[in-house]
Amino acid sequence: MPLELLESPDLNANQREGLWTLNFGPQHPATHTTLRLVLQLDGEMVIDAEPDIGFLHSGFEKLGEVLDFNQYVTIVDRMNYISPMANEIAWHHAVEKLLGIELTPRCKYIRTIFAELMRIHDHLLCLGTCVLDLGGATAFMYAFNEREAIYEICERASGQRFHTSYTRVGGLLYDVTDDWVDMVKKYIKNFAKPYKDFSGLVMKNRIFVERTRDVGVLSRDEAIAGGATGPVARASGVARDLRRDEPYLAYDDFDFDVCASQGGDCYARFQVRMMEMLESIKIIEQAIDKIPSGPIYAAGTGKESMPDKREVYRSIEGLIHHFESVMPNRQMQAPKESVYAATESPNGELGYYIVGDGTFRAYRARTRPPSLLHFSLFARMMRGCMLSDVVAVLGSINIIAAELDR
Amino acid sequence: MATQINKQLGDNVFLTTLDAAASWGRANSLWPMPFATACCGIELMSTAASKHDLSRFGSEVMRFSPRQCDLMIVAGRVVMKMLPILQRIWLQMPEPKWCISMGACACSGGVFDTYAVVQGIDRFMPVDVYIPGCPPRPEQLIRGIIDLQEKIQKGGTVNAREFKLRILPEGPPRFDEDELVRIRERNGFKLDDPKYDPVH
Amino acid sequence: MSKETSTTSSELDAVKAKFAESLSGVSLEWSEFREQHRVVFPATELLKCLIAFKAAGFDQLSDLTAVDLLEYGNASDRFEVIYCLLNVDSGLRLIAKTYLNEPDLTIPSATSVWFGADWLEREVYDMYGILFSGHPNFKRLLLPQEFQSFPMRKDYPVKGRGERHNFPVITRAES
Repeated sequence: MPLELLESPDLNANQREGLWTLNFGPQHPATHTTLRLVLQLDGEMVIDAEPDIGFLHSGFEKLGEVLDFNQYVTIVDRMNYISPMANEIAWHHAVEKLLGIELTPRCKYIRTIFAELMRIHDHLLCLGTCVLDLGGATAFMYAFNEREAIYEICERASGQRFHTSYTRVGGLLYDVTDDWVDMVKKYIKNFAKPYKDFSGLVMKNRIFVERTRDVGVLSRDEAIAGGATGPVARASGVARDLRRDEPYLAYDDFDFDVCASQGGDCYARFQVRMMEMLESIKIIEQAIDKIPSGPIYAAGTGKESMPDKREVYRSIEGLIHHFESVMPNRQMQAPKESVYAATESPNGELGYYIVGDGTFRAYRARTRPPSLLHFSLFARMMRGCMLSDVVAVLGSINIIAAELDR
Repeated sequence: MATQINKQLGDNVFLTTLDAAASWGRANSLWPMPFATACCGIELMSTAASKHDLSRFGSEVMRFSPRQCDLMIVAGRVVMKMLPILQRIWLQMPEPKWCISMGACACSGGVFDTYAVVQGIDRFMPVDVYIPGCPPRPEQLIRGIIDLQEKIQKGGTVNAREFKLRILPEGPPRFDEDELVRIRERNGFKLDDPKYDPVH
Repeated sequence: MSKETSTTSSELDAVKAKFAESLSGVSLEWSEFREQHRVVFPATELLKCLIAFKAAGFDQLSDLTAVDLLEYGNASDRFEVIYCLLNVDSGLRLIAKTYLNEPDLTIPSATSVWFGADWLEREVYDMYGILFSGHPNFKRLLLPQEFQSFPMRKDYPVKGRGERHNFPVITRAES
């Protein structure tokens, strides 16, 4: 097979003769649940990789038109299911922008701490499963053990390990207690050793380095024109981070660095994620001591916020407030306008385009999924790679099928 | 005479039937085939990880090849595009095989009552154990596997005589609400539009 | 907050000046809501406008989506196609919109301008039925290829029309 064909993925029928089609099907351990790739192979080299997605398309956006802003957060949770609270924070960020609500400092700090914990959670899974796919099961176990501690933190705050549905319009479901604060402090104190173990196992491991270095290269221009954001773009040299460029929540108060790399290959993406975990620990350390006291719900939100349950059960004003916020024909009305708001989720820029229509439901709740745009760049990243590199690249771009298909 | 033999042999010798021995072997070495589609897949991975270790119960290896497994754990929502694949993999698994439907979405569609999600995989394939939860905690999944182990222990034969007996689908026929709606529409009967009127 | 608004509006004026000559004949309606700038351009001049936007510095297409305005109240058109643009170096965002009506639902594809629009347009076709001409690989993205309807349109029910249960049943005896 002439080598110049490796450059052009568009092959006509004559050139396709002699290529072997392999279906990297939707049921495969390394496809991270339900992706399908049709690979055209010349021996071991991948000439073309065509993704086929939609095996987890559940109609999320249609549900966004039926459920109201506080109910939809349960669905949004299930999109990027490896860092659920990051989705909730992004959703309510967009809803609060549409409704024009300014959060209280306490709420901002708690949401920031959760966002950073979810970043660590997501990166640990991404790295753990990537290494598992490449053959290192020990690193996977180490990563999952660390994640269990974060599950316990989420459970202490909201009652659920996973899919917490913790944020509400203008506030949070429950306030956090002092022992939650102690749990988080203990977690960040104990993070350094497992991190060192994990990175010692993986980062200088010769097999891992050879399998990921110069594999799946994405150049800076391709990353920008293709819509890549987050660690995938930052590893290609696009040093853009929404926490610094369009600060939201309490990120203005903290001092942290944006991690980027010039390599653009899988190893660079891996490195960016490892460094981001350390930056997240830095942010949490700065935040956890200074959580301001005060109410969780934004003042003067009236009908958008839910009152504290003690007030609902003990006073008539609380009961009326609850009634006003919950009964369908008495809820607050969103303006008949549209807004696009994005946050820096662990996977990239997770944005929501919400069109309000005068009721407490979205007329259109569109999710801008980072995984979709990253996966569409997959064919470009696979130029010149071999079959075993497919697994490394797929793991490094962190595709979550539920966010991809919605 | 028998009691004297028992006293001498003690706990070294068990008397049982071949069927029960075969069922014991099958129950305690279930090799799962994880059909992990969505969030429940992550809880499945957590169950297999070191804190809630699933390999204590015999599920040491999670083989991803259906030809080598005997337990299919459907974890996560199954979409209409994925259902033929699920059925195909179920058919590729050799007997004896069991199926666990993990999570609310696999049991009944869960929160996703939409055009794309199958409202319960048991509409289209046989399920042995249902595990509710969204997602179910790892402890719930382990409980489900223990229940399945008890079920396996109760039935099963060593030389596959039971397959001659399984000729009918199990379970009561399901009441399909979609079918009810279609019957009503065919007869021209329409319920009031359930959407409420907003204030304006 | 007000400092940011004045910076973004001065940047925006610089950007408006850049494509003032190339889009001189085209009617653009500018608006602003919650410090976000929106521009509505006509669907007939779509490629010209998008090329001008890219030349003015918006080098990343963040999102491409559509809205079905059938039940929106006082909307005059059926479909709204939205391009969320981003200037990576300066961080300036712009939301560009255009309106379409039936039966003419074909617009040129934006893949020649930003290749990230590829899958986004396929998804818009899949969900709404809006056709994009000049797309390299135009077929459905998320739903099965044999699916007949466009589910995100307002006249399609949430629970579907029975497609989700149209499969053969495997019983214990057969498997």
